[in-house]
Amino acid sequence: MKDSLSLLARIPAHPDSRCWFLAWDPSGTLLASCGGDRSIRIWGKEGDDWVCKSVLGEGHQRTIRKVAWSPCGSYLASASFDATTCIWKKSQDEFEVRLSLQSVTWSSPSHILTCPRGSQQNKCCSGLWDSAACSACRTALIAVWCIAGVVCSGADPSWKCICTLSGFHTRTIYDVAWCRLTGALATACGDDAIRIFEEEPLSNPQQPTFALTAHVPRAHSQDVNCVAWNPKEPGLLASCSDDGEMAFWKYQRPEVC
Amino acid sequence: SRGRWPRGAVSLRWRSGRMSLVSGLLGRVLWLSGLRSGYHARGSPAMEQDRALEVYDIIRTIRDPEKPNTLEELEVVTESCVEVHEIGEDEYLVIIRFTPTVPHCSLATLIGLCLRIKLQRCLPFKHKLEIYISEGAHSTEEDINKQINDKERVAAAMENPNLREIVEQCVTEPD
Repeated sequence: MKDSLSLLARIPAHPDSRCWFLAWDPSGTLLASCGGDRSIRIWGKEGDDWVCKSVLGEGHQRTIRKVAWSPCGSYLASASFDATTCIWKKSQDEFEVRLSLQSVTWSSPSHILTCPRGSQQNKCCSGLWDSAACSACRTALIAVWCIAGVVCSGADPSWKCICTLSGFHTRTIYDVAWCRLTGALATACGDDAIRIFEEEPLSNPQQPTFALTAHVPRAHSQDVNCVAWNPKEPGLLASCSDDGEMAFWKYQRPEVC
Repeated sequence: SRGRWPRGAVSLRWRSGRMSLVSGLLGRVLWLSGLRSGYHARGSPAMEQDRALEVYDIIRTIRDPEKPNTLEELEVVTESCVEVHEIGEDEYLVIIRFTPTVPHCSLATLIGLCLRIKLQRCLPFKHKLEIYISEGAHSTEEDINKQINDKERVAAAMENPNLREIVEQCVTEPD
């Protein structure tokens, strides 16, 4: 378990501030980060190094809390404590603000973004994968949910909790991310650690069991706010923290005993 | 006491084999022997007491948002309201339970904010901070506790110029 998650690089993405969120673009070649310094940075790989390709600084007056790419990869949405959402259009390496909105809901097949404060719909679903979803919360529990029943008429399908992972995290879990390529589940925790879980190979899909396959206790020097799996490269994980840093990790499923 | 143990059931999983130990006496024994990360019983009480005094020294001079007195003078905070536990190498969990002077929600959250901001700025050692209203001090205690420990809300509040100004006035030491 010791070497299953290894550090590839650590970058001061938002120095003297917090890095709140990370999002990979659909092609997996660009990573957007946002933070308390009111800027968004777009990162790309040049050779072996991650470099900042653009700084999107003029869009918001306050902390930028989250960013998300459109499914086509040409647009980036950003949500801020200034109560607005910006839509940025990418042309070559530049981004420009196309739209600044007071309230928006962006929904693509598997990601629900930016529910503005005061809105009725406060859905927050992180990482839908194989009809299972994962939620993390303040009380340091992760609940794995699956859609109950098969076909539902009309209204939203109902969900039932099929597994709870408790006792692993010692503080609030700020983010969970399910890898679409490998099925691994990563968590970002307020105890500065990153953990990876995998469903046990022979577990019953209706009542799955998960094992902790990686644990880096001091992944960052402060709370880990976000973890994001690269959509194209299996095992490549990005994380960010209150210390303003971003880190890249390589995950290799440990050998089964 | 509240906040001492991680919430949720204790359930340890061992990768080899399918043995799993469930909460109870055994779980606690394993905690105490330091096999779990988190609340080690390693901290020396003397060290933790020193740290607690360091914390108290910083918070006692915070001014009340409404009255021209410090939190210490108004007994909103006392030496015994600070709890410190060593949770890692040179890292401590600090728990503060304060008693607001009036059962007014916005004032309580404001005091919570002042406590957090001042400690964030002034406490020299690595720490995780939990702030609570002392039990029984308020009718909507649970809600207030959630708010004052919500990192996002705290960050957003400090970006509100009015709130920020009030907090600055409360936490700034007079020259």
